[in-house]
Amino acid sequence: MTERIGVYVCHCGHNIAAVGDVEKVAQYAGTLDNVVIARDYKYMCSDPGQELIKNDIQQLGLTRVVVAACSPRMHEPTFKGALERANLNGYLLEMANIREQCSWVTDNTQNATEKAKSLVRGAVRRVYYHRPIEERVVSVNKATLVVGGGIAGIQAALQIAEAGHKVYLVEREASIGGQMAKFDKTFPTMDCAACILTPKMVAVSQSPNIELLTYAEVAQVDGYVGNFTVTVRQKPRYIVEDLCTGCGDCTTACVLKNRIPDAFDEGLSKRSAAYISFPQAIPLKAVIDEKECLLLTKGKCSKNCVEACSREAIDFSQKETVRRIEVGSIILATGFELFDARKAPQYGYGIYDDVYTGIEFERLTNASGPTQGKILTKRGEEPKSVAILHCIGSRDENYQKYCSRVCCMSSVKFAHLVKEKTDAEVFEFYIDMRTFGKQYEEFYTRVQEEGVNFIRGKGAEVAKVDGQLVVRAEDTLLGAYREIPVDMVVLNTALVPRHDAEKVAQIFGISRSEDGFFLESHIKLDPVTTSTDGVHIAGCCQSPKDIPDTVAQGSAAAAQSLAVIATGKVKISPISAWSDPAVCAGCRICLGLCPFKAIGFNEEKKVAEINQAVCKGCGSCAAGCPSNAIVVSHFSNQQLLAEIEGVLA
Amino acid sequence: MNTNFEPKILGILCNWCSYTGADLAGISRIKYPANIKIVRVMCTGRVDPTFVLKAFQQGADGVLVSGCHPGDCHYVDGNVKAMRRAPLVTELLRQMGIEKERFKLVWVSASEGEKFAKIVEDMVADLKKLGPLAPGGGAEKNA
Ligand SMILES: Cc1cc2nc3c(=O)[nH]c(=O)nc-3n(C[C@H](O)[C@H](O)[C@H](O)COP(=O)(O)OP(=O)(O)OC[C@H]3O[C@@H](n4cnc5c(N)ncnc54)[C@H](O)[C@@H]3O)c2cc1C
Repeated sequence: MTERIGVYVCHCGHNIAAVGDVEKVAQYAGTLDNVVIARDYKYMCSDPGQELIKNDIQQLGLTRVVVAACSPRMHEPTFKGALERANLNGYLLEMANIREQCSWVTDNTQNATEKAKSLVRGAVRRVYYHRPIEERVVSVNKATLVVGGGIAGIQAALQIAEAGHKVYLVEREASIGGQMAKFDKTFPTMDCAACILTPKMVAVSQSPNIELLTYAEVAQVDGYVGNFTVTVRQKPRYIVEDLCTGCGDCTTACVLKNRIPDAFDEGLSKRSAAYISFPQAIPLKAVIDEKECLLLTKGKCSKNCVEACSREAIDFSQKETVRRIEVGSIILATGFELFDARKAPQYGYGIYDDVYTGIEFERLTNASGPTQGKILTKRGEEPKSVAILHCIGSRDENYQKYCSRVCCMSSVKFAHLVKEKTDAEVFEFYIDMRTFGKQYEEFYTRVQEEGVNFIRGKGAEVAKVDGQLVVRAEDTLLGAYREIPVDMVVLNTALVPRHDAEKVAQIFGISRSEDGFFLESHIKLDPVTTSTDGVHIAGCCQSPKDIPDTVAQGSAAAAQSLAVIATGKVKISPISAWSDPAVCAGCRICLGLCPFKAIGFNEEKKVAEINQAVCKGCGSCAAGCPSNAIVVSHFSNQQLLAEIEGVLA
Repeated sequence: MNTNFEPKILGILCNWCSYTGADLAGISRIKYPANIKIVRVMCTGRVDPTFVLKAFQQGADGVLVSGCHPGDCHYVDGNVKAMRRAPLVTELLRQMGIEKERFKLVWVSASEGEKFAKIVEDMVADLKKLGPLAPGGGAEKNA
């Protein structure tokens, strides 16, 4: 049978046409075997562009279509739709990527035109062998998994729960809240962080639709959009949650009281081995630190905690539990960590007393922090002068190239808090002041009026001269080198990806951008979806951002998950492998190659059989099959070899 | 050596990482030689050694296979399978008298547009030094 192929070459305005000669490409396409029509058009993806294809299919009886335009990752669904509207199966389309992989990377018209011709030739030869494929539609599990209980995950979970659907919220720490729970006030309005966060945390604990799994992590994810099976490991708290009332008696009774650096206070205070992370913790349940507890580490302790607990909630026999949960979609909201200021020793962190990081300062100024909210030096005195240094580890070729986005504003917030709570002089050292958000510039102006000294120039060094901290910097406005003695230094460190972001990305099958944060589908148009259908991202795990943007993304990710739920069904890629029993030699090589255990062996017929529902279409089996018995739909040997021949001809 | 020689390169790129990385090079308008023509597969695990042989038979001077970094494969470990098959490809090429430098397996993530452009640039330069493919005439000819 011969096919009737139509070829459509897009100008993409000037994007393609300014570099490649689209008319020549179309003319050339018209000379290829089986091509009955070849056209070029300004914007193929526009309505008239799509109409053109549809009309040609109907009027000229086209049976295959090639669109030479942008990347198939961009508009393949658009053109599939155009084919389908003309009653042609969407898989009878092939795209030649003559924009991203041709006109945009080539600066010479002749080269771009010749390359485009080759790519079109490959597509025409490939499409000849295309076969119609029906998309597989599967029903979806209406539950959602949210990973990470910072403000992003909380927002997403609440929104889905409010819509009436089940959410599993998995948080690694003993409490939800994330970084925001550590703050005292939040810019630009200076609301108290706890006052705006706590009600949401409580709402999570009270929602009948949210099942909160704290002290837990995801170990494995199987399946695909609509039907994921997630393995969650939950660490033992050594406290029976249902019995614990959060009274804190065990924490005061613990023999290690005030002995263990408190991570929630960034190590600025000490806690017991039995502890409650912070007063507003959700769940408000104690936890026994198994790395520190004497009984759990040394097998010997007077067990004062057990005695102190009137509810008999302490249970040292608890073990890690493993659960499997079924969900239709996943939202990752694992947030960020802070740059380790020790990596930039020129700023004296960890070397001199009274050099703090921004997050430590948040604890210092927090009413429930180590100094009950008083800003004090190590010696317990109120500082007379405080320096705040921006961009420590951000916008720096040696560390992170990117701007961490929130530090200018949190620095201004710190300056305001110092002014409010002490009589100290404040010096801020900044490269540029980035006050981009709603009411941010106004807040900056207000703090300027409070008499803060803003010095335009990045802090170069923190030194100690005769027992006095000194900040050295170039003041670029004055064009002068400055040395300012201060009593306290706050280093506002960069927001960086979580240390285990790589592992987490691998578990969920998503990619990371060059800076290490999770990679979105499209930086502008698709910021919360990923290359894996059904896995969405929100908040600072995608890139540094403030609370307003984080919350917006939490809602956006929830909307993505709700869309999956609302349709009740999802289309999953129909690309899958099939083994021809007439050709299969029964060698079983493919069984070991399949990463999804989709291939079984029929003992009776002595042939391999592929379970279409489990197969994801990677094609590893086909590449390894010595008898060429396996055909991968839409990526068959015939199709790929024809394309290879075509592009090289 | 013929200085006007423009090597023909076939690129076989996985959909999830390298093809997206190559798209990113375009989106970022990073220029690289037009010598490479890219064919997309879902996974480098799909790359049958015969695809590579076919390319050389069709006149390619070099073949570049590029996938996700180890550990990042969308299908668990298809890239590792590609890596294990690479020595077989190289051996087949050696028997056909095709220099091993003409076949390259690399890892390019979806965010490494610049890296992709650099790899193509280097490969073109290397192939220019090596000259056009002369089957049976390769340096490691079996004789
Ligand atoms: C010093 C400082 C001050 C700031 N001040 C302000 C301010 O005043 N106003 C403002 O708008 N913004 C401010 N920000 C920005 C604000 O902190 C962020 O916008 C916000 O915290 C991001 O929330 P998130 O949920 O994305 O991440 P996070 O707060 O980091 O929460 C992520 C959560 O996920 C959990 N998690 C991580 N990995 C896993 C895993 N593998 N499995 C399960 N759980 C996991 C974590 O334990 C955590 O609970 C400030 C930032 C800093 C550093």
